[in-house]
This record gives sequence, structure tokens and C-alpha cells, in this order.
Amino acid sequence: MDETFLSVRDLHVEIPTRRGVVHPIDGVSFDLGEGETLGLVGESGCGKSMTLRAILGLLPRGARVTTGEILFRGRDLLSLSKSELRDVRGRSIGIIFQEPMTALNPVMPVGDQIAEGPVAHLGYPRQGGRERALDLMRQVGIPDPDRRFAAFPHELSGGMRQRVMIAIALSCEPDLILCDEPTTALDVTIQDQILKLLLQLQDSTGMGVIYVTHDLAVVAQMCRRVAVMYAAQIVETGPVESVFVEPTHPYTLGLLRAVPHFDKVKDVLDSIPGIPPELIDPPSGCRFRPRCRFAEEDCAAGAFPLIPLAGDHATACRHWTSCRDSVLADPVIAQNAIPSLDGLPSARRGE
Amino acid sequence: MSLAAYLRRRLLLMIPIALGVTLVTFFMIHMIPGDPAITLLGIRATPQLVARLHHEWGLDRPLFEQYWLFLLRILRADFGQSLFYGSSATRVILGASGVTLWLIVYAGVLSILMAVPLAVLAATHRDGFADQVVRAIPLVGMGMPTPWVGIMLILLLGLTLHAFPVGGYGSGIFGHLYALFLPSLTLALGISPTLIRSLRASLLDSLESDYVMTARSKGIPERRVLLRHAVRNAIISSVTILGLEIAWLISGTIILEKVFALPGMGALMVDSIYRRDFPVVQGITFVVALLVIFTNLATDVVHSLLDPRVRLE
Amino acid sequence: MVQARTPAIAWRPEERVIGRGPRRRSPSLIAGSAILAILLAMAVFAPLLSRYGPIPQDTSHALLHPSRQHLLGTDQLGRDVWVRLLYGARIDLVIGFLAVLLPFVIGSTLGCLAGYFGGWTDTLTMRAVDVILAFPFFVLVIAIVFVLGPGTTSIFIALAVTDWVSYAWIVRAEILAAKRQEYVLAAQALGYSRKRIILRHLLPNVITQAIVYAMSDIVFAILAIVGLGYLGLGVPPPTPEWGSMIADGQQFITTNWQLATIPGIAVVVTGLALSLLGDGLADLLRPE
Repeated sequence: MDETFLSVRDLHVEIPTRRGVVHPIDGVSFDLGEGETLGLVGESGCGKSMTLRAILGLLPRGARVTTGEILFRGRDLLSLSKSELRDVRGRSIGIIFQEPMTALNPVMPVGDQIAEGPVAHLGYPRQGGRERALDLMRQVGIPDPDRRFAAFPHELSGGMRQRVMIAIALSCEPDLILCDEPTTALDVTIQDQILKLLLQLQDSTGMGVIYVTHDLAVVAQMCRRVAVMYAAQIVETGPVESVFVEPTHPYTLGLLRAVPHFDKVKDVLDSIPGIPPELIDPPSGCRFRPRCRFAEEDCAAGAFPLIPLAGDHATACRHWTSCRDSVLADPVIAQNAIPSLDGLPSARRGE
Repeated sequence: MSLAAYLRRRLLLMIPIALGVTLVTFFMIHMIPGDPAITLLGIRATPQLVARLHHEWGLDRPLFEQYWLFLLRILRADFGQSLFYGSSATRVILGASGVTLWLIVYAGVLSILMAVPLAVLAATHRDGFADQVVRAIPLVGMGMPTPWVGIMLILLLGLTLHAFPVGGYGSGIFGHLYALFLPSLTLALGISPTLIRSLRASLLDSLESDYVMTARSKGIPERRVLLRHAVRNAIISSVTILGLEIAWLISGTIILEKVFALPGMGALMVDSIYRRDFPVVQGITFVVALLVIFTNLATDVVHSLLDPRVRLE
Repeated sequence: MVQARTPAIAWRPEERVIGRGPRRRSPSLIAGSAILAILLAMAVFAPLLSRYGPIPQDTSHALLHPSRQHLLGTDQLGRDVWVRLLYGARIDLVIGFLAVLLPFVIGSTLGCLAGYFGGWTDTLTMRAVDVILAFPFFVLVIAIVFVLGPGTTSIFIALAVTDWVSYAWIVRAEILAAKRQEYVLAAQALGYSRKRIILRHLLPNVITQAIVYAMSDIVFAILAIVGLGYLGLGVPPPTPEWGSMIADGQQFITTNWQLATIPGIAVVVTGLALSLLGDGLADLLRPE
């Protein structure tokens, strides 16, 4: 196919509030190839979840896209009619939410919730929908699906609920799955199971994945490319190996330095000073400037577009060389410490 | 817990409340100023009659014993002899209960039929024109006196349009449905504002919920999102409110049966007050309280059947 | 409506109905207080606004239709309806306001104590609340008015007995919520006395909800008075009162429909004003 699989271009979203207009997404652009995995990382409130919801037209009440394009196989999702959008939702693009307890209808049996999509999109009759749901439940590793079909969400464990959510997202074999922190609400051991399930499903179906999380380790495990968001904008993007080993934005560097390591116990854990800015009135110039230890005078004004670097890597920092020098003096991650580079399915290493 | 075990437990928990209710109804007679028998009988009071009532109501015994006798009588569903009819007050009350129960159920159904569509309309057009109108309904509706609403409906639908009868009870199911339409509508208009308010609020909650977002993300028809996901959840969380309305409906029938000249418990209570027929007034007060308590129990059971999260505990 | 006394359980303050302006001094608040001010002024200045007395009868001018002499016509005893409406406001509004005062104080105090001390104080109070709530509001009111005999005092007592439960419920719930908040824990850590904690720290924060509820409660009280008046169990005639005016007018519904209609409209307008005021107050007093 000629056109890019998914291309988000200069997306702007605003939410009017009593205190002023908030811009939770302020000029976000990124591309995703067919079957590719992209990690979208950043602190809470940076706009990463909002970006996912914008793709499916599921923005919260009051929020609206002001400018920008979301091209999915060349079609702008933002210009679709309601019924056209419904055909894309679930059928071409599925989504997995963070909190499976609230994301599932509490008064509907989980099997029925899984079957809804296939019945609507794939023309399954009611009974066939049941068969399809049972298949999907088996596929996502829910034991004893015949019995679980009639269960209500509160009767399942957190991990099982998230498997149901995954089954819903997969139910119409979409080409793209959006994952909104799917493991954040789960216990660590369950988290691992769910990640393995997602990797395995992605391997077997070859679908594209956008994975939103604040957990860098998860990105390293799941994704081939990563985009780092700060205060409603993407500040750095590139292949995971390159971005995590040689970060070129002080914010990315800060995030990486804040990750505790087992093998390298430091006396003081580095953390980024200050807090993210309010999105009603963000600082002028570079938004990270007030918290940045490399900031210089010219950071206070002007636009900060992504600067392309070698190897598909791009940064919004004008002084990215300071960042690189800091990494050269004190490496953040040893080259072989990225888990995705060893012992995991091959899909993300090569093309 | 099984339904039977749950009901047993709930019935046990109701005992203290039921005892409280008997206590309140028992003390009614002692709130009457002066000698209750003389006050109630008025000009009809003769020494023999007064003495008979004193004995019948146990007023000649110590207070604790009086209450004990009262409890025993209530357990036998015996509220004494009606001073007006001369027959058993229980029988008189039961004879009037049919109309009232009809009114309550009919009004309950009508109010749901009015409230659900309006609440859905308002919540799906949040802050729009329809929503503003629906939100204004409680402002006006809460302040409408029941007898006045009844009279206005008589004036408009009964006397001007001749669409419905303005009094009487009718016979047969359809006769009742037709004859009781205006009074039931009056009652329904009285409780719908509260119902609309609470339904709209829970609908707004469910429309903004994560599970409705999930439903939308599946690309299923919006109508299904609304009915199967949003409205279903909103109604389940409003069932309890519906149960609470039974008390208001009973309050309403008290006045309304006089407006439409219906031979129900409400009219009986008011007439018995005019006639100073204490046993009947006391009996009705007790019976309706019991009705409220049991409706609340029934509501909880229905709620637990509709909402899988609620366990019978 | 009379019976539609929202039990406190079902009650929650509604969002502002009119407009979406800044938080303070919402249009609801302004409109509500304006209408209420006009109604109160009409009640206070009733003698100045009327050409006739509310009580003297003039059967030669009975059942007149509205005219220049009688703005809203006359009733079956030849009394001017406009004048009786004005004087009726004195009864219904004043008794309505006063009747809510007692339950407000009793209920808030009990709710406060029950919520703060918990234990058997709480159990006992809440059992009493359950018992009172088992009786349909208006049934208990007329039963009490019946045993005490008709009259204003009976109305006050009847409303006090039935109505305190709402305030107890609201205030208790608010106290339970507030008790866990930091400022109360801080006050306890500083070793302030219980009295001081309740009066100076808890009460001002929790009483807001009770005040907002009181606005709708005044409407319920007025509706109860109107209902009693309609049934002839309220303020005894010939005192002008909206409920008894509705009852009197009902007999002449085919010839003089305005007789029953107008007092009802007066009640609706009063209810509207108080509802708006309640919404406005909820908005004004809502914590940030």
C-alpha cells in the first residue's frame, strides 16, 4: 500500500473550562507503519491517552479537535460521518482501556459484551456471536469460557477482566490496536502475563499497536519505536534502542535517569525537578525549559519543532548535543540492558 | 445467600422498625388532649359509651400494659370497632384499599412512562434546549399542590375536552384504567419531577462512564449503546428511588381521593378524621406504614435481581 | 406536591438550571430571590395593596368575574380574590418558613451528634429516622393534626415531628464525610475540645447542605399547609389561606374557573422562587 498506515498530523485538541481553554494535545504528529508498534510515553496528563481517544473519536465531552488530520490508510478519520466512524471503530481499530473494572458494563455478561462487536460488524447472528465470543475467550487465555461467558465483570479477577477487554478489542480482527495503559491497574505478575499475551497476539495477527504507558520498561519490551510526550507535545521520537540508549531530549534523559536499576544502585535516585506545566497557560518557548538543567537563554522563545537526526531519530531540543554529551559521560542504559533485544519474539527486532 | 435466607434476615431487621411504628401509632391516642374518649365522642359522649371505650382501648390500665394489649391486637390485625360504622375497623379499611392500590400502581407506571423518555431526551442533549426544558420541569413541578393539579386536569381534560371521566372508579380492568386515568396522572405528575431528576443524573453519569466509551469503541449502533448500556445502568441505579416514591404516592392519594371523590383509603382517612373515628384513622396510619416498609423490602429485592453486583446480604 | 417531600436519601442538589456563567451569584439565585422578595413584599404590604378587607362578606357581589373593581373577581361570599390572595401569602409563606425552622434545628443537632459520636447515639437516632420515614409524610401530618386538633400550633408540631429526619440524615452524612478530612483530624490532634470541634470546625462546613435543602423543604411545608387547608384541616376559616381557597373554588369550577386556579398558581410561583433560590445557594455555597 502506498499511503502510510496511520498518520497523525499536527493534531490540536482543546477543552474549554471555566478557567480558560486547555490544550491537552497541542500539535502532535507521528506515523505508524502497517504492523508496527509504537510506544507513547510521558507523565500522566501529558496528552498521551487523549491522543488515543482522538483517533477513535472518543474524546470526553467538551473536548474537540480544532485542527489536524488523522489519516488511516489515507482516509481522514476526523472527516468521517458518524456511521462511517462506527464502521472503523471495533472493525479496523480496537482499543484496550486502562481500568477493566470500569471499562466493562457492570450489568452485562462479559460474553455478551465480547459478542456485540462481531454481531454488529461481521454479520454474526446472535447464536453465532456466542460461538465467536467463546473462540475469542479461548484465544485470550480465559479458562473454561463456557462457564465464564455468563459471568459479570465483578465476578472475574483483574487479569481476567483485562483479558475480556482484550477479547473485545480483538473481536473483529482489527488492523490496529490502541492500548491505553492496559497493565497499569494490574498486579505485577498479572501485568507480565498480559504483556506476554499482547506480544503473542501481535505476533500471530501482525496488527499494528500503539501502546500508551508511563512505564519505560514496558515500552522497551513491547515496542519498536517510541514517542515521548511532554505537556501536550511530542518532544522526542525514534527507534526504542536509539532513544533509550542515546536520548537527545533532556526530558527523555530525565525519565530514563529516574528509572531505578537493580544492577546499578545509586546513592540518590535522579528525579526531574518541578512539576509539568498547566496546559491552560504553558510556558513560552520550550515547555520543559523551567525544569531543564541544560536550558539556555534562547529556549525561552520561539517554536520547537522536531529536528530530524540520524537513524529515524528526532528531537525537539535545540541543544540536544548537551544531552548527548551528558549521556556519553554517564551512560543511562547499557546497550544490552534493553529486554526487547534478547529473548523475545522476533517481530519487533527486524521488520 | 439464598433469597429465602435473605428475606428471613431482612424480616428480622424490620422488627425494630415495625415496633417503632407500633409505638408511634400507639401514642396517637395519648396525644389527644383531655380524655380521648370524651374528646372523640364529643356530643355523643354518654358515661356508658365512654366507659366502654376506656375498656376497649385499655385506657383503664397502666401504660405498659396498654401497649402490650395494643401489640396483641395488632398481631391479630384488630384495630377495634369503627366508631362510625360500628363494624371492625380492619374490615372497613380493607374495603377501601382496592382503589388506593390501583391508584398507586397506575400512577407508578404512568410516572415511569413519562420520566424515562424525558430523562433520556435531556441527558442525550445535555445543556441543549430540550435539556433546559426538562431541567425546568422539577422547578415548576415540585411546587404544584396535588389538589390543584387534580382540579386543573379535571378542568382541561375532563370538562373542556371531555376526554376522561372526572370521578368514580369504573368497573372491570379497563373501566378502572379509564376512570382512574386523571387521578393517576395527577399523582404521576407529582412524582415524575423527582424521578426525572434522578434518572437524568444517573444517565449523565453512565453516558460519561468508561463502559459506555468501551461500547462506543466497538462501533455498535448508538441506539444500542444508549439502551443496552447507558439507560439500563441508569434505570437499575434509580430503582431504589422508585421504591421510595411509594410513600409519596400514598401521601398524594390521601388528598387526591377527595378531589376525585374516590372511595379509597385516603378519602376514608379524611372522612374518619371529620367523623373523629379514631380506630379507623389509627388503623390506616399503621397499615400505610407497613405498606411502605414492605415496598422498601420489595424494592431491594428487585434491585438485587436486576443488578448482578448487589449480593443478597 | 404535598406528598413529594423528597426524602433526604433521594435528594441531591441539582446543578444550576439557568445559564452557565461564573460560579457566584448565578441567575438562579438572583431570579429566585427577586421573585421571593416580591412575594414577601406583597404579603407585608397587603393592607396597602388592597381596597377591601379579606374577611368581610358581601353576598350581593358574590362570584363576580374579574373587573376593574375586583382584579381577580370575587368568591362565593363576595370577598375580593386578589385581596385574599395577598393575605393568604401572609399565612402560607410565614407558616411555611417558621414550620421549617424547628425541624431544621432539631434535625441538624441530632444529625450532628449522631454523626460525630457514633455508637448508640447514632443507632438510636437512625432507628428513629427509619421509623418516621416508614410513615408517608402527609399521613403522619394529618394524623397528628387530627389528634391535636386543627390549628397553627398543631401544624408546627406535626411538621416538626415528621420533618427533622431529613435534616438529621443530611447533616449526619456530611459529618461522617467531614470527620475523615484533614482539618478535623488536625483540630483533634491539636487537642481542641469536642464542643469546639463540632461548633467551630464541623458545623459551618456541613450545615451548607442543610440550608440548601431547607429551601426545597419550605416548599414542602407550604404544600403540606395547602393540602391541610384543602382538606379543611388547616388554618380555620375565615382566615384567607391558599389551600382552602382552592377547595372553595373547586365547587365553582364550571362557572368561575379562576377561583381554584389562581391560588394554585401562587403556590407554584412560590415553589419556583424557592427552588431557584435553593439551586442558586447550592451553587454559591458549594465548596471549591
